[in-house]
Amino acid sequence: MYMDRLATTVGLFPLPDGQRERLAELKGHQKSDLIDGNEARATRDAYAATRRHYIDRQREAGLDRLVEGQGRWDDLLAHPLCVHENVRTGGIVRYYDNNNFYREPIVTDELTPSGDVPSELSAAAERCDDLGAVLPGPYSLAGLARDEHYGSSAAFLDGVAEFLAGEVAAFPDAVETLTLLEPGFATEPPDAEASERIGDAIDTVAAATDADVLVHTYWGAPDDGLYRRLLDTDTDGLGYDLVTDPEAATTLAAEHGTPPRVLLGVVDGQNTRVESRQTINDRADRFAKCATTDVDAAYLTPNTGLFHLPVGKFEAKLDALAAATEGAR
Amino acid sequence: MTGDRERFRPADHPNDHFLLTTVVGSYPKPTWLNRARDLHDDSSAFDDEAWDEAVDDASRLITGEHERAGLDVVCDGEMRREEMVEFFARRIGGYEFNGPVKVWGHNYFDKPSVVSEVTYDEPWLREEYEFTADVAERPVKVPITGPYTLASWSFDEAYGSDETLAYELADLVNEEIAGLVAAGARYIQIDEPALATTPDDHAVVGECLERIVTGLPDGVRIGLHVCYGDYSRIYPELNDYPIDEFDVELANGDYDQLDVFTGDDFEPDLGLGVVDVHTTDVESVTEIEANIREGLRVVPPENLTVSPDCGVKLLPREVARSKIENMVRAARNVENDLDSGAIDAGGRTT
Repeated sequence: MYMDRLATTVGLFPLPDGQRERLAELKGHQKSDLIDGNEARATRDAYAATRRHYIDRQREAGLDRLVEGQGRWDDLLAHPLCVHENVRTGGIVRYYDNNNFYREPIVTDELTPSGDVPSELSAAAERCDDLGAVLPGPYSLAGLARDEHYGSSAAFLDGVAEFLAGEVAAFPDAVETLTLLEPGFATEPPDAEASERIGDAIDTVAAATDADVLVHTYWGAPDDGLYRRLLDTDTDGLGYDLVTDPEAATTLAAEHGTPPRVLLGVVDGQNTRVESRQTINDRADRFAKCATTDVDAAYLTPNTGLFHLPVGKFEAKLDALAAATEGAR
Repeated sequence: MTGDRERFRPADHPNDHFLLTTVVGSYPKPTWLNRARDLHDDSSAFDDEAWDEAVDDASRLITGEHERAGLDVVCDGEMRREEMVEFFARRIGGYEFNGPVKVWGHNYFDKPSVVSEVTYDEPWLREEYEFTADVAERPVKVPITGPYTLASWSFDEAYGSDETLAYELADLVNEEIAGLVAAGARYIQIDEPALATTPDDHAVVGECLERIVTGLPDGVRIGLHVCYGDYSRIYPELNDYPIDEFDVELANGDYDQLDVFTGDDFEPDLGLGVVDVHTTDVESVTEIEANIREGLRVVPPENLTVSPDCGVKLLPREVARSKIENMVRAARNVENDLDSGAIDAGGRTT
């Protein structure tokens, strides 16, 4: 069994030490101080420096696919909506089952393309010509928001998918892969009828780009029906959380197979214990052995975004991933 | 434990009804205390003795600020504490620190890692309690971060099970509270915000609380504070907890979750958040009165405690003080309305 192993991440990095204090001073600590898409020049400069630092640090670690890092995403995966002109932000609400919070985006009008994420990626592309883009998937993004415009959950999901497709269509050419994060598949499993529509929504987003598109579920695994629907989408690969519930993820791979390309969450994005090279590769090997179809290539990543970690441990995890795949490419 | 709230009624309380007013705990530190900390951190010229004096002065000042606002039960605004997990983790054996992690926006905390067995090495809050009780005219409440939150908001590199770690920590919290009670503390508030993040663990928190109250003498009031979560997932289960009071944040969500608590008989006293701690807009007295009346839909006046949604430390000090002053005024007005019969025990205008 030969499986190409590429080290990357699913974004959402912690702010570097210097910029964390600088941005807190520039912006403040209240709800009203968070990003709205119209930052002052000094704030924009601080985020530009953060972005450059992320690219350089990933390159120093030796990762195979670099991401922009999303340092500016104050509202975590809800960010693309929170900065949209047809969205107002409500109270701070809990971010899944974590000790994290974000402003609840309330959609009040049509979700037209905003260009916010494309502009971040274009800035990153000045320093890196083969980027991995990371976005919330349509189901999870809709789940983080409140709809006051589309009128039904189905119409809202479609609206969010169209919005994401518009953003993706404006990505720079440097974007080689797009990872859609769908923690909502595990935390709030959709019913069978919704699963069909979710597959269509993902196809809407995937059709907007020539980049490879992967859909990553974390904090658990999708249920059987949704997984089969995901296998049937036009995406290029699926992601598996091998930290939270490796059994559930490998069972899906054993019973239904996998796409030839997978994203394997083999490093714990929420624990400071840094995995050894052997642990990382053992987790990937166990998964590949269980899969009933051949896995040609695996992106080895943390199971979640890395903002949960202190900066030193975040960087140690980047180094660990790169070290684990060294010589395996 | 006891549900006797009357002993917290001030001798000069102006109304027949008594809505116990208090705070959740933290309060903005005076600017000069933060400067003193920087000096202490950076320079030997501001030595430990000078720092201790500064902290004592801040504790005295904020305790007094609470009393001047008219609160019935006070604390010192946690002047000796930087953060609700970090403070305890620095005093419990088995923890190490690797740097700050984000909570929301630009608000961070030094989330510690448990790297070996947790141990009780020294009193955590004895000094804070004894000093505050000595300078306070009013009764003092001691907020203490609960074991479930201490476990959940740490990186666990040692136990492999948050539940096991939480029970180990609960035994340490029990030991600490026994010491506080021996020093005279009679009102303890267990802060378990992590329960809101993983509400399916309500039974784990229940077992933690059982361990915490084991061996405590009668006459100790135990509150539980939980905030920013889906309360429908822990209620009515929390009715079985060995607590006297359950304190929740509801002003932030404009009481959209209040109905969770109106369906069954709410067993403990209700500690109701009546001002939002995440907005600098100071609610008017009239607005807060309406919020307090929301609480009367759940419990009768004799079981209603009034507090801010959560600790107020992220607010500018002037804003925090104004919110608390307005809160106390609003509580006294509602008591007056209850006395006069302008509203009934359910908060309805008669």
